[in-house]
Amino acid sequence: MAIKTEPFVINIGPQHPSTHGVFRMRTTLDGEVVVDMEPVFGYLHRGVEKLAEGRSYKQNIPLSDRLDYISSMTNNQAYVMAVEKLAEIPVPERAEYIRVIMAELQRIANHLIAVGAFLNDCGAFMTPFLYMFREREKIIDLFDMVCGQRLLYNYMRFGGVSQDIPEEFLPALKTLVNSMPGFIDEYDQLLAQNEILLARSKGVGILSKELAINISASGPVLRASGVKRDIRKVDPYSVYDRFEFDIPTGTVGDAYDRYWVRIQEMRQSVRIIKQAMKQLPSGEVLTEVPLRLRPPVGEVYGHIEAPKGELGFYLVSDNSANPYRWHVRAPSLFNLTALRDMVIGWKLADAIIIFGSIDITMGEVDR
Amino acid sequence: MTYLFDNYWIHFALFVVIILGFVLTMIMGFIYIERRGLGRFQIRLGPNRVGPFGVLQPVADAIKVLIKEDIIPAKGDKLVFWLAPVVAFVPILMIFAVVPFQSGALLADLNIGILYIVAVSSIAAVGVFMAGWSSNNKYSLIGAMRDIAQLLSYEIPLVLSIVGVVLIAGSLSMTKIVEAQSIPFILLQPLGFLIFFTAALAEINRCPFDLVEADSEIVAGFHVEYSGMKFAMFYLMEYCEALAMAAIITTIFLGGWKGPLLPPFLWFLIKVVGVFFLFFWIRSTIPRLRIDQVMAFAWKFLLPLALINLLITALQVLVWGEVSPWAIVFVNMAIMVVLVVLWSRFFKLGGGRVAV
Repeated sequence: MAIKTEPFVINIGPQHPSTHGVFRMRTTLDGEVVVDMEPVFGYLHRGVEKLAEGRSYKQNIPLSDRLDYISSMTNNQAYVMAVEKLAEIPVPERAEYIRVIMAELQRIANHLIAVGAFLNDCGAFMTPFLYMFREREKIIDLFDMVCGQRLLYNYMRFGGVSQDIPEEFLPALKTLVNSMPGFIDEYDQLLAQNEILLARSKGVGILSKELAINISASGPVLRASGVKRDIRKVDPYSVYDRFEFDIPTGTVGDAYDRYWVRIQEMRQSVRIIKQAMKQLPSGEVLTEVPLRLRPPVGEVYGHIEAPKGELGFYLVSDNSANPYRWHVRAPSLFNLTALRDMVIGWKLADAIIIFGSIDITMGEVDR
Repeated sequence: MTYLFDNYWIHFALFVVIILGFVLTMIMGFIYIERRGLGRFQIRLGPNRVGPFGVLQPVADAIKVLIKEDIIPAKGDKLVFWLAPVVAFVPILMIFAVVPFQSGALLADLNIGILYIVAVSSIAAVGVFMAGWSSNNKYSLIGAMRDIAQLLSYEIPLVLSIVGVVLIAGSLSMTKIVEAQSIPFILLQPLGFLIFFTAALAEINRCPFDLVEADSEIVAGFHVEYSGMKFAMFYLMEYCEALAMAAIITTIFLGGWKGPLLPPFLWFLIKVVGVFFLFFWIRSTIPRLRIDQVMAFAWKFLLPLALINLLITALQVLVWGEVSPWAIVFVNMAIMVVLVVLWSRFFKLGGGRVAV
């Protein structure tokens, strides 16, 4: 006798422990197997892009903080660099180095959260997550030192950074950078070779090279699929061409590769910070810029390698004090589009960790 | 020990009170130990506000849970929903009837003690499934289905690994098993202990087999709709299961109340807490398995090993009746290492992506 079965629809989210914000996966399950999945987002839509058109260029810096609130330093950097490109504002060298240091610290902080949350989704009951928060805390303390903020930094300005780094910053940074490789090794030993983690994430949620390119994925998601593309290398901005670092790439493009690439990127970031600390010149950190900045008529697209991928700002200026158009190319959104193709056919538990391995922030996806 | 309460009913009443008191205080102790211990594992402090060192935290939790609103889903099956926590909790409590706290100190020295435990403990799964079904919630239904699948699979290696112990002890009675342990059976039956311990983790739904209430996947599994006292019953049940399993492991593998110097009951307690410590040590370290991997592990890894272990034990009992047990200890240790290493070489988890 055949038992009649039918697939059923289950809403994972918008309130769910592992949706990393308010995201909804409308999942059709056949038993435990995901037959179909429809990502539903927009729960966090705040109309940021329209909001930005009503504010002056400078007022929009704090607004950019609130896109990817986990790594707002790089948001600042991407926006500020786009405006500098548009208005042709020179940046003092010291400011560029400070920006690089901040961006790389931010990358480490972001990847710590990404990896920790991914392991949490795998079911490693909070332990790795809290270990990684321990190190993130130290990075946040450093940010607190330079700009007095712990989450939404609002640190960078057109033509530099808002203030020079304080005296105690560099020694503190040095201690952190020297101890960081040890911590990364600790995470590696803790779980990277764990049999269960390998069984859970190896070969799971494979994103093929072709698909990754076609959906214009970027960041660790793209590199895990074996595409060696990093904007710091292919279109060097700021002073990245003066540093030596490798781009770790995965081979298969599965959840484990995405996890592994992030761990390796943290090591590379430490390398960059060490070099930047050595080369750090003295001098001014901010160019004088008119308070009501009126960039010439034109449009510009500035992009950087944010921790989550290619973060771009497309700005159109009509020579007024406010941007005519303020568009954000959010890496989370593009990477998220691969979700459906990755999860179909996998089990419910896999769908969760595949989603976790993409590393998104809903503030950036919905804007 | 001269026993004052020779009357059966007085003995019965006394031990019911003792067991209830023991179980409830131990559960509170476990909750405290686990929360503080997990805090230490996770480089934080854990609860330390209520009472000295936070020892009253479980009491505060209990009060909080008691005064919470008791919500029953509108489209749920009300009777089953109401009955489920009881059906789940009572069988676990009944296990303690045959657990000897020390020589002669148990409610009923059944001559089929271990069989009784196996039979009674599996009833709890019915309660879990009732909860999952009656909640009328998809998450809880998935959790309940996982629980049934897991229980059915792991009951077999669990029982088979007990049989090895029973063969050596020559009795099903818990007291006799303890008395037979001139050296703890964990040494005579190392492979059996490993299998039992793993299967026990799956039975009590603890990490890495905590798929039933996998919080990152199905929120809270079968008790997602429960609140108030009914939720507390499930919470109690989980810790009670852990306590029961720790007590059973102590009794049949670790020599029960036996130990030098300290009074027997204290030895029993120490061993139980030690086993429980292992439970939450694993919980704080290891990620969760997937449902098909859990099944594959039970049927392809644990079951064959349990069968081989049973065969070897039977042969040893038959042939080596007179040989010093210490010789067998080393032979069995070697056999365990070889078997586990070899089997894990050939063991493939399989599963993975399904064509849709």
